[in-house]
Amino acid sequence: MTLSAPRIDKRNPARRFLEKTGELAAFAGEFVRSLGRRPFEFRELLRQMDEVGLKSFALTGVTGLAIGVVLAMQSRGTLVRFGAESMLPSMLALSVIKEIGPVITSLVLAGRLGAGIGAEIGSMRVTEQIDALEVAALRPMQYLVATRVVACFVMFPILTAWTDAIALFGGYLESVISSGTDYRLFLSSAFESLRLSDLLVDTLKTSVFGLVVGLVSCYLGFTVRGGTREVGRAAMEAVVLSSLLVLLTDVIVVRLSLILFGDISG
Amino acid sequence: MSPSSPAREIPAVRLVEVSKAFGDLVVLDRVSLAVAKGETALVMGGSGSGKSVLIKHVVQLLRPDSGEVWVFDRRVDTLRGAELDAVRLSVGYLFQGGALFDSMTVGENIDFLLERHTRLDAAGRRARVEELLEWVRLPQLALRYPAELSGGQKKRAALARALALEPAIMLFDEPTTGLDPVSVRAVSELIVRLREERGITSLVITHDLLCAEITGGTVHFLHDAAIVASGDLDAVRRAAHPVLGNFFGG
Repeated sequence: MTLSAPRIDKRNPARRFLEKTGELAAFAGEFVRSLGRRPFEFRELLRQMDEVGLKSFALTGVTGLAIGVVLAMQSRGTLVRFGAESMLPSMLALSVIKEIGPVITSLVLAGRLGAGIGAEIGSMRVTEQIDALEVAALRPMQYLVATRVVACFVMFPILTAWTDAIALFGGYLESVISSGTDYRLFLSSAFESLRLSDLLVDTLKTSVFGLVVGLVSCYLGFTVRGGTREVGRAAMEAVVLSSLLVLLTDVIVVRLSLILFGDISG
Repeated sequence: MSPSSPAREIPAVRLVEVSKAFGDLVVLDRVSLAVAKGETALVMGGSGSGKSVLIKHVVQLLRPDSGEVWVFDRRVDTLRGAELDAVRLSVGYLFQGGALFDSMTVGENIDFLLERHTRLDAAGRRARVEELLEWVRLPQLALRYPAELSGGQKKRAALARALALEPAIMLFDEPTTGLDPVSVRAVSELIVRLREERGITSLVITHDLLCAEITGGTVHFLHDAAIVASGDLDAVRRAAHPVLGNFFGG
C-alpha cells in the first residue's frame, strides 16, 4: 500500500498568509452580501441555533461550574491573608463576568464548533454536496454559511450569560461550604461593584467572537480541497485559528470598551 | 428533412472551443461537443483525462478560460445569479459519489428540492417522492440515510433526486464507478429508460465499457485535453489512434 505524500504549499509563508487573509476577507464580504438575499433560511437557522446553542448548554454549564468553584477556592486564601475575604463575591463576579466567563466560554465553543463546522462543511465539499446544492440552484453561502455564522453570533452571548451564572453559582457553593455565606449577602456583594454596561458589553462582545469562530470555521471547511485528510486538517485549523482570533479580538474589544465606557473605577 | 427533425434542432448541450487550465496543466484545449435533444452522448477517456472537468462546465461549476457553453439557446458561461439558476433547474446532475445530503434521509433529499422549487403541498411532494423512488426501483428506502445504502442504491437515490424537478437534460459523472456488474447494469439501464420513457437528453462521463455498451449513443473519446474520436462505440473502438487501442484492449 502506498500513501501519497501530503501536498506541501511551497509558496512564501508571508505571501500565503496575505493570500489567505484576502480570501477570508472576501468570504466575509460574501457572507455579508448573502444576508441581504432571499430566501432567508429561517428553518435552517433555527436548526443551527439548536446545534450551536442548546447542544452546548451542558458543556458550558460544566465549564462555568468548574471556573466558579476553582476561582473561589484559589482566591479565598489570598483574600483571607489580606483580611479581605468579604471581597470574594465581588472579585468573583468581576473576574467571571468581565473576562473569564466570556473568553473561556468562547474558547470552549471555538473548540466544539470550530471542529464541528469545519469538518461538516469540509466533508460536504469533498463529497460534492456543496456542488449538489449549487446545481440545484440553492445558495450554499446562504444555506450553509449564513445560518451557521448568525447562529454563532446570536448564541455565544446567551451561552456566555449562562456560563457566567453557573460560575457565580459555583463560587457561591464553594463559599457556602467553606464559610457558610448567606446567598443574599453573596449576591448583593457580587453585583455592587458591577455596572450594567459591564454586564452588557462584556457579554455582548462574545457576539463578535461568535462571528469570528463561525466565519473562520465555515471558510476553512468551504475551501477544503482533496480528501478526508484535508477535512481533518481543516477542522484542526478551524479550532486553532478560531481560538487565536478570539483572544486577539478580545484585546481589541476590551481596548475599545475601555475607551468608550471607561474602566470599573471610572 | 423536415424543419423539426433532430438535425435542425438546437442542440441540448453545446461546447464551442472550450479551454480550461489549472495553472500550467491544460485540461481542455479548444474542445467542441454537441449533444442533440433526446440523445445520449458518452464522454470516455482514461482517469485524469478531464472528463469531469468537461461536464462541470455545462452547469458552470467550472467556468471556461475561453470558449462558449450553451444549454439549448442560452449561453451559460456568461450567466450569473437567477438566470444561471433557471438554466441549472433544467439540468439534473448525478455526481460521482451521489452527493446525497448525508444529514437527510433519502426521502428528505428529494423533498428538499421539491419544497424549494415547486408549489406542491406536503401530500403532493410525498407522492412525488414515492413515485421517483419507485421509478429507480428503491420503493422502500425513503426513510434510510445515505450512509445506510449500498453504492448502487446511493446512485439510484441520487438519480431520483436529480429527476425531482423534471430536468430536460441529465448529466452523469461516472455513474457506475465502484459498482459491481449487477449494479452497473441496473444504473446503465436507468439511463436507457430515461431516454426511452422520458425523452431526456443525457451526457454521460464514463470509462466503463459495460455502461457504454448498455447505454449506447454517441461516444466522444477525450485524451490529452482534446476529443480524439467520436461516433458510435464500435466506430470509436476501430478509430486509428494508439490510445484507443490501449483503452479498449484491442
